[in-house]
Amino acid sequence: MQALLVVFAMTLIVFVAITFMGNPVDIMISPDADQADRAKAIAALGLDLPVWEQYLRFLTGALKGEFGKSFVFNESAVKLILSRMPATLELAVTATLLSVVVGLPLGLYAGLRPASNLSKILMGGSILGFSLPSFLIGLFLISVFAVELKWFPSTGRGKTASLLGIQWSFLTLDGLRHLLLPALNLALYNISLVMRLTRAGVSETLQAEYIKFARAKGLSPRRIVFVHVLKNILIPIVTVVGMEFGITIALSVVTETVFAWPGMGKLMIDSIGVLDRPVIVAYLMISVLIFVLINFLVDIFYTVVDPRAKLGAAE
Amino acid sequence: MSESYAATEGVDPAASAEPVIDGRDRLLLNAAREFAGSKIAIGGLILFGLLVVLALCAPWITPQNPYDLAQLDIMDGRLSPGTVGMSGLTYWLGTDDQGRDILSGILYGLRISLGVGVGTAIIAALIGSTLGLSAAFFGRRVDALIMRLVDLQLSFPSVLVALMILAFLGKSVWNVVLALVIVEWAYYARTARGAAIAERRKEYIEAASSLAIPRWRILFGHLLPNCLPPLMVITTIQVARAIALEATLSFLGVGVPVTEPSLGLLIANGYQYMLSGQYWIIFFPGSALLLLIVSINLVGDRLRDILNPRGVS
Repeated sequence: MQALLVVFAMTLIVFVAITFMGNPVDIMISPDADQADRAKAIAALGLDLPVWEQYLRFLTGALKGEFGKSFVFNESAVKLILSRMPATLELAVTATLLSVVVGLPLGLYAGLRPASNLSKILMGGSILGFSLPSFLIGLFLISVFAVELKWFPSTGRGKTASLLGIQWSFLTLDGLRHLLLPALNLALYNISLVMRLTRAGVSETLQAEYIKFARAKGLSPRRIVFVHVLKNILIPIVTVVGMEFGITIALSVVTETVFAWPGMGKLMIDSIGVLDRPVIVAYLMISVLIFVLINFLVDIFYTVVDPRAKLGAAE
Repeated sequence: MSESYAATEGVDPAASAEPVIDGRDRLLLNAAREFAGSKIAIGGLILFGLLVVLALCAPWITPQNPYDLAQLDIMDGRLSPGTVGMSGLTYWLGTDDQGRDILSGILYGLRISLGVGVGTAIIAALIGSTLGLSAAFFGRRVDALIMRLVDLQLSFPSVLVALMILAFLGKSVWNVVLALVIVEWAYYARTARGAAIAERRKEYIEAASSLAIPRWRILFGHLLPNCLPPLMVITTIQVARAIALEATLSFLGVGVPVTEPSLGLLIANGYQYMLSGQYWIIFFPGSALLLLIVSINLVGDRLRDILNPRGVS
């Protein structure tokens, strides 16, 4: 219910924003058009209607997935974004997988050996991962691994292969090489997050009575860590990673710009540069929709796996 | 103000045990002493102070005014660090594509980055804390309304919100400030509310209320001062976050205009030359941004350890 309200509020905000941003007719028709042509263009766009009716039109258009044609590509804005979406999703999913695959073991290590030097370095590094802007880290990755060492390419998706009619980079070796740096860049924030969550979870769980009992029972340390500890800290971590997925998609705007990854974030930035309004509006509405959808799914997931948490009992 | 002191000391046994120094001074002194205990934090503070001084003094210490086109020579474009230019000036950190001295560019850029970061943090702190305190103090409907807004705001990624605002409003320093304030106020509101709810139950607030002191005076004169420590911590961290986000937006080309380049814009400008080996155009502004953000975070982290507020993310 709240999710729908948020989406509705977003349509209102975006509508108000584009209405006050200026008259698109000024950009669209030639400067030497006369008043009659101008009036015709305004009527064609429905700009002579009262504001509430314009909003209704906008809303029904949005419901049908129509935000007009891109001024630059002369193609439906929504279609344009959907065609770029697989690249972004590929990047975001890889980044999310990386954050768990890298963050979890590192966090486990830091939680089990809190006094070791490596743990301190890892925890210090995670602060950097949190606080440094991701584009700066991305530039650093490019200058080291692409410019100096020449191990990985720095721009584009590389060779792609087709699966289900969509082009994917992860199916070819060249594509994977192109994917690694941007995915790592996008994952760094989440790696830091997963690492810290895991460490905190481990050090807290190790104090619990049932772990002491398991030790007293003579279970091997390996079994204690991988069965008893992990099982209990995994749910909150998976939940957070799921919720972060929406943020990862939003943040991919930055990574895509740094690595010239042809996803929908790059499209959005390019569109802002050339004032391609339909694309901007469509991108914003689609992002919000994805975002609300992910939060909703994560909420449901959480209530299913952890019955103690009830929907609506936030406090 | 004096009533609140008396009340605090009456409640807190530790405070009354030490009668010589006034409660707040003692707290500050202890905090400062504890802060000095960490060499890394002191280093961060010194570095940050140095950067602030450099930024403030930029017009007097830079060899060149990077905005004054008359001082620029296009022939000096993209010189490597340490080269002596046509005008006889030594470019210690090299020049960019328009013959602008990188060092001067960085110091002026630092002014804008710092100004935007600190400015936003202060404006957002004022708005956010007022709303958070009101939520805690008035409770019920006010609380529900404000916190619902906070939840809504925090559930959206800051980059997306800022992008949306700037995509519609266009590039300008003030629009960036506006976008960042909208992104950041909720953090302050949440922290202020958390701290205020804990404080509200204490006896000095009850005492002040029973003296029929006007509500706004209880709110700002009694409640606010006692909620300051956690607010100070997040202000420090949010300054760094604001600087990072401003740099990101400027790097993406939606932040500050080219006439007022911040560090992020200087980095964006150097990006195109990075692949061709002219590293200095991007390396030095990038390093300056890194030092700035890291130094603030070192200070903020230590402050958090000392003041240990609740509900800081």
